[in-house]
Amino acid sequence: MVYFQIFLAFFYPGILGYGGGPASIPLIEHEVVDKYDWMTTSEFSEVLALGNALPGPIATKMAGFIGYEVAGIPGALVALLATVGPSLVLMLILLNILYRYRNSPRVKRLSNFVLPAIAILLADMTFDFFNTSYNAIGLITTVLLIVGAYFALEKYKLHPAFVIMAGLVIGGFFL
Amino acid sequence: MAVRIQEEMVWQLVTKKISIPFEQKGLIHKQKDIFIAFFRSGILGFGGGPSTIPLVKKEVVDIFKMMNDEEFSDVLSIGNTLPGPIATKMAGYIGYRVGGWLGLINALIATVLPTVVMMIILLASLNEFKDFDFVKGMTNGVVPIVAVMLGVLTWDFLKKSKKILGWKIGSIILIASFVAMILLGIHPGIVIAVLLVLALSLPIKKKEEKE
Repeated sequence: MVYFQIFLAFFYPGILGYGGGPASIPLIEHEVVDKYDWMTTSEFSEVLALGNALPGPIATKMAGFIGYEVAGIPGALVALLATVGPSLVLMLILLNILYRYRNSPRVKRLSNFVLPAIAILLADMTFDFFNTSYNAIGLITTVLLIVGAYFALEKYKLHPAFVIMAGLVIGGFFL
Repeated sequence: MAVRIQEEMVWQLVTKKISIPFEQKGLIHKQKDIFIAFFRSGILGFGGGPSTIPLVKKEVVDIFKMMNDEEFSDVLSIGNTLPGPIATKMAGYIGYRVGGWLGLINALIATVLPTVVMMIILLASLNEFKDFDFVKGMTNGVVPIVAVMLGVLTWDFLKKSKKILGWKIGSIILIASFVAMILLGIHPGIVIAVLLVLALSLPIKKKEEKE
């Protein structure tokens, strides 16, 4: 029974969370705190704070941990399945249909038409990340890190892993 | 002569100077690549799913060459029109496309599991895990780097729009998307869905049909 509740609690945010993981956070909070009473608001925000500090997709970290808190490892697995499954199935169906008709000129045009929209979307995300950084560590540090990262990634073609690790070390000690 | 060429090829394989094209790799090598690609992008993606997008692109398109640019942007645009976390949608679909059902499960596990396990261990073992200043600082150091990667990716998409669609259509769609998503706050999923419908329903010029 509790597994079924866990499934539902993460199924809705997964299927209604338009705009990726971060958009589903308030929906998860509604289910977990208001509907099923598994956590208090302050417990939830503590989990969220740690989740935001760790790498990886946020929705699955929240689901995995809360599922584990409520019903152990099986709970974690059920919560993960409910978060990931439905949207992934939709994605598989849609893209497989497109793949089947990939030689039709209209389908070929699909990917071209959305290019500018994706560019705007990415630009918006870029700005978001810049803004977050500006608010957290100020303009000068942000600009220094951006310039350094740009040269490392684009000029010297370092693998992002090394650049991110450098960022982690710098951040951990100085920021 | 033939022996020498063979030797050279073996040597190049050993030193990884030329790697076999992804489609020709064996099952185990394919799955290993899929796991590494999504493990790295999951564990390095600070700031949630969206920050993993440029990392996934780097691994899937540039390093392992599982897909080309165009296929990847299809995955990204369809992924954005659908609900749910973007990182797992990308991982699951790309895993499936290049490695079947096993690839799907493999990519998902690689994306999700390491960070979930970290989260559970940290929160379950440390009851008083309130002072994570060091960890917060680490995230602060990474956010500007992600901004750079996203900025570079944005520029890529702009260049590609201009190249494929041309100045006129490219800037019309660009400005329309900007007005709709940023100024009017219409959800990106809806904007992309409208563009997809337009692409499917507008009449095709004769020149395009011939291609």
